[in-house]
Amino acid sequence: MPLIENGRIGEDAWSFVPDGEPVPNDRPVIISFERWQAERDRFDGRNAKLGVRLKGGTLAGAIAADLDRFALVAVEFPKFRDGRGFSTARELRERYGYTGEIRAVGHVIPDQYLFLVRTGFTSVEAPEGTNPESWANALTEITVAFQPSLDDTAPLSLLRRKLGVG
Amino acid sequence: MNHIAPGARAGIYHYDEIDRRFVAERVEQFRKQVDRRLSGELTEEEFKPIRLMNGLYLQLHAYMLRIAVPYGVMSATQLRKLSEIGRVYDKGYGHFTTRQNLQYNWIKLEDTPAILNALAEVDMHALQTSGNCVRNVTTDPFVGAAKDEVVDGRVYAEILRQWTTMHPEFTYLPRKFKIAISGAASDRAAVRIHDVGLLARRNDQGEAGFSFYVGGGLGRSPFVGKLVRDWVAEEDFLAYLEAILRVYNQYGRRDNIYKARIKILVHELGLETFTAEVEEEFARLRGPKYRLDKGIVEGIRHHFAPPPFEELPDHSEALERAKASDPAFANWLAVNVAEHKAPGYAIATISLKPAGGIPGDATCDQMDLVADLAERYSFGELRVTHVQNLVLAHVKKDELYDLWKQLDAAELGSANAGLIGDIIACPGLDYCALANARSIPLAQAISARFADPVRQRTIGELGIKISGCINACGHHHVGAIGILGVDKKGTEYYQITVGGDATLTTAIGDILGPSVTETEAVDAIEAIVDVYLANRSDEGERFVDTLRRVGHAPFKERIYAAD
Amino acid sequence: MSAKDRSKEGSMKAITANRLRDGDVVFLGEGGRWVESFAEAALFARSDADAVLAAAKEKAEREQFGVDIYAFEVTEENGVPVPATMRERIRTAGPTVRTDLGKQAA
Repeated sequence: MPLIENGRIGEDAWSFVPDGEPVPNDRPVIISFERWQAERDRFDGRNAKLGVRLKGGTLAGAIAADLDRFALVAVEFPKFRDGRGFSTARELRERYGYTGEIRAVGHVIPDQYLFLVRTGFTSVEAPEGTNPESWANALTEITVAFQPSLDDTAPLSLLRRKLGVG
Repeated sequence: MNHIAPGARAGIYHYDEIDRRFVAERVEQFRKQVDRRLSGELTEEEFKPIRLMNGLYLQLHAYMLRIAVPYGVMSATQLRKLSEIGRVYDKGYGHFTTRQNLQYNWIKLEDTPAILNALAEVDMHALQTSGNCVRNVTTDPFVGAAKDEVVDGRVYAEILRQWTTMHPEFTYLPRKFKIAISGAASDRAAVRIHDVGLLARRNDQGEAGFSFYVGGGLGRSPFVGKLVRDWVAEEDFLAYLEAILRVYNQYGRRDNIYKARIKILVHELGLETFTAEVEEEFARLRGPKYRLDKGIVEGIRHHFAPPPFEELPDHSEALERAKASDPAFANWLAVNVAEHKAPGYAIATISLKPAGGIPGDATCDQMDLVADLAERYSFGELRVTHVQNLVLAHVKKDELYDLWKQLDAAELGSANAGLIGDIIACPGLDYCALANARSIPLAQAISARFADPVRQRTIGELGIKISGCINACGHHHVGAIGILGVDKKGTEYYQITVGGDATLTTAIGDILGPSVTETEAVDAIEAIVDVYLANRSDEGERFVDTLRRVGHAPFKERIYAAD
Repeated sequence: MSAKDRSKEGSMKAITANRLRDGDVVFLGEGGRWVESFAEAALFARSDADAVLAAAKEKAEREQFGVDIYAFEVTEENGVPVPATMRERIRTAGPTVRTDLGKQAA
C-alpha cells in the first residue's frame, strides 16, 4: 500500500508481520500489540528496528512503558470516523514523550491528513489507487490554525497560528 | 471575494485578514471536496461527515444547510445576506433553530460552495454546525445587555468558536458536542442540558471563572449536567475543556450511536471516576502551552465593546404615553420587553411565533425588515434565541412603540415571549429525515387555539416544546409541557410530558400518560391549562409550581377520564 | 393512513432516492430511468423489489447519481397508488405545512 510522508508517496522500509508468521531479524518489521504482549521476551537483543501496531481501542497508556523498544508505533483507524487515534498519537507525543515514527493505518482519508500531522503522526498508509494530489493538497490548502498542537506553527495574533511552518 | 464590512458598531466579532483567509480557504477546500464526491473519488460514506462538518444535511426533500450564527449574535448586514441567499438559493425563507442558527431547507449540493462563498463575504460560515465535532457554542441571547449579567459570554464563546474550529484532535468525536455559556444570574442558555455547560462567575477579586457542568443532554436518555468543577480560572478555561474532550474522545462509546454522547460516559463511569480522569489530564495540560493568555481574552473582548449608548433618563414619557393609548402595545411591552443595563434602553424580543404560524420560520422579506429595524433601533445588531425568536438588544425606550408598530405590521409583533404561544418545535416529519411524526402542525394548532393575547397572559409563563422524534431537537423533555411525536404503525401519536424546566433548576418532565392523536393533543393541552387555572393558588403561581404542589393526578384525571 | 390500510395484502413497492447533485427526491421509473414524480414511478411486487433495489442501488452509486436509495410500501386509495406511510407521502408531495412548496406545488 502507498505510504504517504511529508505530503508525498514515499518508500516504505517497514513491513507488517501477521501474528503467527516468523519475524525476520534483519529488517524493520511491525508486529501487533497483542503479539508483543504475548511474546515480548523473544524480541530481547533484537538489532533490527521493531514497530508495534495498536488496534483502534488500544490507547497510548497501554504501550507507554515499552515505548523505548519501538522505532515505530502504528495506530489503527478501524473506520475513518473513529477519531480515537488522534488522541492516541497526541498522548504518545505529549504525555509519554515518544519521538519515533507514528503511522496511521486502517481507514483514513486525505481530508484528515492535516489533523494527523497536527496530532503527531509522521506517516500514513493510504489505500491502493489513492489520489496523491488529494494528500498533497491537504497540507497546503489551509494555512491558519486556531489552536496549538504538535506541529510547528507560528503565532499570528490572538489564537490564530500559521500552519506549515516546519 | 467581496468583503462587506458587517456593521462597525455591532457587538460582533469582526474578521480580520487572517480570519477571512481561513474561511476562504475552507470554502475552496469544500468546493474541491464536492468535486471529488461528484467524480466518485469520495464515497458517500466518506463525504457525509465532510458535508456535515460544513452544515450540509440530506433531508426529506433536498439538502438542508445550517448556517452558524456564532452564539446567536449577528449584524443587520449579515441578516440581509442570509435573506439574499434565501431568495437566490432557497425558497424565500429560513428557519431559526434552537441552536440559535439558521437553516435553509431546499439547497442543492452543487450550489453549496457558492452559498458558503456568499456567507464569507459577511464573515459567516456553516462550519461545524453538524458532525461529530464541537458545534456552535451558544450563550444568553441578552448577552451584553441584561441587567443581571456578570460575565460577557460572547467573549468566551468566540474564543471557543476559534479554538474548536478544525481542532485536529476533536473533529471525529464519538458524537456531536454542544457547549453553552451563561454569564448572568438567570440562565437563559439552558446550560445544564448541554454536553458542557459553563456558568461564568466572578470571584472576590473580580476575576472571571467558570463552573463546568458536564453530561447534560436530551435525546433518548435525558440527563441533567453534573457539576464536575466549581471553579476553573479563566487562564485554565481551554486546558480544562481540552482535558474533558480528550477523556471523551478516548473513552466515549463508539459501538452504539445512542450511547455515544458524553452524558452516557459520565453516567457509566460515574461522576467521581470521570472527574478523576479529567483532573489527571488537566494537571498535565496546565502548562504555558494551553494557558489562555490574558492578552488574547482582551483582544477578543475588544470586539464586543458596548455600543455608544446615549445618556438617557431611565423613565420614558413617550413610552408611558404609548402604553396608555395602545393596549396591544402595552401587552407586548409587558410580555416581550426585558430590562436593559443601560438607563433608558430595553431589550425587545421579536416573536417568530404568530398564532397558527410555523415556529422559527421567517420570510426573506421579514429578515430584511428586521435588518432595517436593527439598524435603526439597535446599533445594527440582533440575536437569535434558543426558543427560536429574535432579539433587538439595545432599543431606546422612547422608540419601542415605533419599533413595535413596524413589527406588528409584518406579523412579527406577537406578544407571547415565554407564554403558551411561544412554542418550540423542531421541523418534524414535514422536513426532517429522522422524524417519526410532524411537529409543526401541532404547534400551529395549539398556538391558534390560544391565539388570544389576553388569555395567554392570564395563563402566564408556560413553555410548550415539541419534538418529532426522540432526538429531542424540540427540547420536549424540558418543556413545562413537552410533546413527543411517535409513530404507531404509520399513524402519528403524541406523548405529553409535564414539569420540565430548562433554567438553572433544570428538570426533565414526566410522561403524563398514554400518547394521543393530534386532535386529542390540542384538547389535552387545553385541559391541562384549565386544570392549572382552576388549581393555582393565585395568579402569581406559575404552571410548574402548581404542578409541583398538586401533582399529576388532577391533570391525568381530566385528560384520561374518558378512557 | 391507518394501520389496517398499511398491512393490506398485495401491496406494492416503489424505489426512491435523493439525487446526489441537488438532493431532489427521485423514483425509479420504467426501464430503470429515474423520474421526479411519484405518478411516473414504477411499482414492483414485494417479491421483486429487493432484487430491483439492489441493482438500482449499485448502478446509481456507481454513477454518482443518487444517495439514500431504498424501497417503500405503496397501497391504493380510490384506485390510485399512494405511499403507505406519512413519511413517504410527504416526500412525494412536499411539506404539509407549506403546500406551496415541493412537488405538490409544481
